[in-house]
Amino acid sequence: MEVQTFVNPKSGMPVVMIGTMKGAFLLSSDASRERWEISGPHFPGRVVYAMAYDGRAGRSRIWASSTHFAFGTLLHSTDDFGRTWTNPESAPVKFPAAAEQSLRQIWQIVPSAAQEPEKMYCGVEPAALFESDDAGRSWQLVQGLFDHPHRPQWSPGGGGLCLHTILVDPSNTKRVHVAISTGGVYRTDDGGKSWQARNQGLTAEFLPNKYPEFGQCVHKVARHPARPERLFLQNHGGLFRSDNAAESWQDIADGVPSDFGFPMLVHPHNPDTAYIFPLEREMRCSPEGKLRVYRTRDGGASWQPLSKGFPQELSYETVLRDGMGADTLNPAGIYFGTRSGKVYASRDEGESWRLICDGLPAVTCVKAAVP
Amino acid sequence: MPIVFYIPGMLREHSGGRAEVRIDNRAQTVGEALTALWRECPGLRDRLVTEQGHVRQHVNIFVGDENIRDCGGFLAAVPDGAAITIVPAVSGG
Repeated sequence: MEVQTFVNPKSGMPVVMIGTMKGAFLLSSDASRERWEISGPHFPGRVVYAMAYDGRAGRSRIWASSTHFAFGTLLHSTDDFGRTWTNPESAPVKFPAAAEQSLRQIWQIVPSAAQEPEKMYCGVEPAALFESDDAGRSWQLVQGLFDHPHRPQWSPGGGGLCLHTILVDPSNTKRVHVAISTGGVYRTDDGGKSWQARNQGLTAEFLPNKYPEFGQCVHKVARHPARPERLFLQNHGGLFRSDNAAESWQDIADGVPSDFGFPMLVHPHNPDTAYIFPLEREMRCSPEGKLRVYRTRDGGASWQPLSKGFPQELSYETVLRDGMGADTLNPAGIYFGTRSGKVYASRDEGESWRLICDGLPAVTCVKAAVP
Repeated sequence: MPIVFYIPGMLREHSGGRAEVRIDNRAQTVGEALTALWRECPGLRDRLVTEQGHVRQHVNIFVGDENIRDCGGFLAAVPDGAAITIVPAVSGG
């Protein structure tokens, strides 16, 4: 693979954004998705938990968060695929003094739906939501969620007390779902003024009450834009689906080697298709040392292992909650990165896989886009 | 005599490339000296202190040989001509 100082994807070709514990990398390919170029590390030595692509309103903008162990967390963007990045003088995302909190990490960066081209969201640790109405130039705490009476009872999971998932309903942008570890799923229907816990049917196996109103350790939630009332959820123990915008959840963990895992990815074109990466519960690695992605094509009624191209012995890998992404080509490209620094790609929706990058720092996030 | 701040290499992008920044106004405390430093190098502020105004956990600020955590924090006295050294903690892996 050719290493560049920046990548130069052509229009209609995929770019894969990879955040790691020690910097970010950008990959681009031609139409075949066979040969890849890589640039990076961007922000060397810094933790990059979140990346995003904003192609709205004629932009080709990549966003990344970076955390320096001493000097804190910043938000950066590039309009030239990593040739130059913004390096803001003042931290763009910060809690107001009255909040008495300090930013630790930015876990999620999400451009809103196409009809709101200036609107963006950030999910952060300690768990809170920030919004921007000027395409990321300035950010404000979403006070309605911060003031929720449940917030003092949210508690940190293994990765910290983070708001890691933000899902804007493209058919009604006043409706937004977020997920917090550990806090559970919350939904607003009024653009962030008020929020309700939406965890009916979700388990919290680590609590005396297995079905609390809130406090679930949700790992990731995904939705397909064409069917916004349907949500797929990877829990800390359990796979779930909601067909009513999280009013209730049903168990869909049938036919998987483990119901524990982190990522949940919905196919870009088919709302019945989703991908997970099951992990053995104690070791938190791929079960039996076999690298397998599982895919459902019937909304979670059944799951099938995908292993063509993966090692099937001595492969004890972990994929974190944002470590799996998809491009929007047809057939869709599916990508994931591991804590051991490998990046695998499928250009046929998961039927077969290829190792496209090895030796990176531990991968925290993988996002793909087609500029 | 001016106070001299010693800036670590990773932050010199925000001090105009300077390893030493001299502050001429007569600061009595570390807090006053830092305020003067941030006036001249505003990009340093959010990298040294949190939005709540606390020195970041893994940032150490020394007046002479004394870490300000041990001698009064922002209220620590700054002698005339003092050297103030900013050092990220030894950490990593």
